Amino acid sequence: MKNIPVVYRREMASYFATPLAYVFIIIFLTLMGIFTFYLGGLFGRGQSDLQPFFVWHPWLYLFLAPALGMRLWAEERKTGTIELLMTLPVSTLEAVAGKFLAAWSMMAVSLALTFPMWITVNVLGDPDNGVIVAGYLASLLMAGSYLAVSGFVSALTRNQVIAFVVSAAVCFVFLLSGFPLVLDFFRPWLPASMVKAIAAMGFLQHFDSIIKGVLNAVDFVYFITFTALWLYAGSWAVENYRN
Amino acid sequence: MSSRVEVHDLRKSFGTIVAVDGISFTVDSGEILGFLGPNGAGKSTTMRILTGYLPPDSGSVSICGIDILHRPVPAKARIGYLPEGAPLYPEMTPASFLGFVADIRGITGNGKAQRLARVAEIMHLKEVWHQPIETLSKGFKRRVGLAQAIVHDPDVLILDEPTDGLDPNQKREVRQLVRDMARDKAIIISTHILEEVHAVCTRAAIISRGRIVADGTPGELEAMSEYNHAVTIQVRADDAVSLSGAIARLPDVRKVDTLPLADRLVEITAFPAGGERIITGISRMLQEGSWDIVEVRHESGRLDEVFLSLTAGGAEEAQGGAR
Repeated sequence: MKNIPVVYRREMASYFATPLAYVFIIIFLTLMGIFTFYLGGLFGRGQSDLQPFFVWHPWLYLFLAPALGMRLWAEERKTGTIELLMTLPVSTLEAVAGKFLAAWSMMAVSLALTFPMWITVNVLGDPDNGVIVAGYLASLLMAGSYLAVSGFVSALTRNQVIAFVVSAAVCFVFLLSGFPLVLDFFRPWLPASMVKAIAAMGFLQHFDSIIKGVLNAVDFVYFITFTALWLYAGSWAVENYRN
Repeated sequence: MSSRVEVHDLRKSFGTIVAVDGISFTVDSGEILGFLGPNGAGKSTTMRILTGYLPPDSGSVSICGIDILHRPVPAKARIGYLPEGAPLYPEMTPASFLGFVADIRGITGNGKAQRLARVAEIMHLKEVWHQPIETLSKGFKRRVGLAQAIVHDPDVLILDEPTDGLDPNQKREVRQLVRDMARDKAIIISTHILEEVHAVCTRAAIISRGRIVADGTPGELEAMSEYNHAVTIQVRADDAVSLSGAIARLPDVRKVDTLPLADRLVEITAFPAGGERIITGISRMLQEGSWDIVEVRHESGRLDEVFLSLTAGGAEEAQGGAR
């Protein structure tokens, strides 16, 4: 696992060697601001918490995460550098993990830069900071889950547009898998227990319960497990889709 | 004592297309093996299997005694590889890119700085050391690609068309670099340029439709040509008929070709029967006769002709002929 930091540093350097990192962070913060203040009405609610901020994260990540994740492998396949990378003495899992951690760090940096919102609600009122910390943590873990899916999809194609669209679609299914939109599709032909299992897979229920202050370890474990499984799938895809 | 590279009965198909169809060979230290073959013959696929990028359907590859399928990371550590087209990360500089490769290869501290300086010197990269790779000329990019393959001074060097797309000066330079590195390494290069075999390789394997159809030194391959030991004579057109008739009557001559040239000259080529030298007999005859000779040439075989006959049908006949 000693090569994870090496791959990670190269990826990070490449984010910041191009406008990608800056453009991403600026768009991320702008969108967060617009959604929180205009659509979420942070000030109008008369409540000092960050619910109107967090509630948009699952929807914004739906395209922000695939935007970062689409290039992870598709770009390497397009330019042929995947052949260079995978013939270096680095294991596939190391490469997958290093790349994922770099993309995840981009999300983490962007998310951390929303700290003025936290300061604002503390200046204006007396929020439950424990719930806010849990909210940030849940948001970060959920971002990781989205990225892991995007990385997997990216390893299956050399076309970044396809990677983006398919990643967003797959994430959308997981986002809403507790809702009739998705469940009605499975209900007619799957046993009730399976439908129930699918319903429990949704990002939204797990995320919502955390940001509402219902802290349950299961919700955190859900995101971590989900991410680990998709990273493993991504590693399998990188191994098996070479040409 | 095992060879640096041992390849046994490799096979690889993509769907219904058989890309590699039972390739076996070995390469020792100090050898430069040239993979020669038309585009699509299976050269790149073979190299991708050797370097652990693609798994074969069957067969084995051992690098310095390490099986690349079972222990890919230590095997890859012994290889330097230039993939086809020399892909590079465009936004990185030679300094950051080669630093990354050195880090992955576990070269650290003082050793790293020294090694990078040495590679920059060998490949003449100093002037572009801190420029983004995407802004470099093709020649520089190729040199960066070669540099990443030798950062760790590997035991085995595998270069897929290292001179493809370079101008004649750059080609010569790259060939010189490869020859200079050959002393303590096993090197495999692929090419479809025949002159490269003479310029670089100690041994050449001609690959056609996924199989090795000939494997030998450049000289041995040339000896498979019907031009080997042939004699070519340029003569005034008036004398051509009588001379070709006289040569055809010599005992060791199998066949005589005539080819009219410009300026009322004719080129006569005499092919030997059974690979014997016929120039002695012919030159004696020329001295005794009164033909108006312009030039006499002893042919040492033509690689292009061997290549053509082996790669365009007739492959079965010549198989293993030059071992």
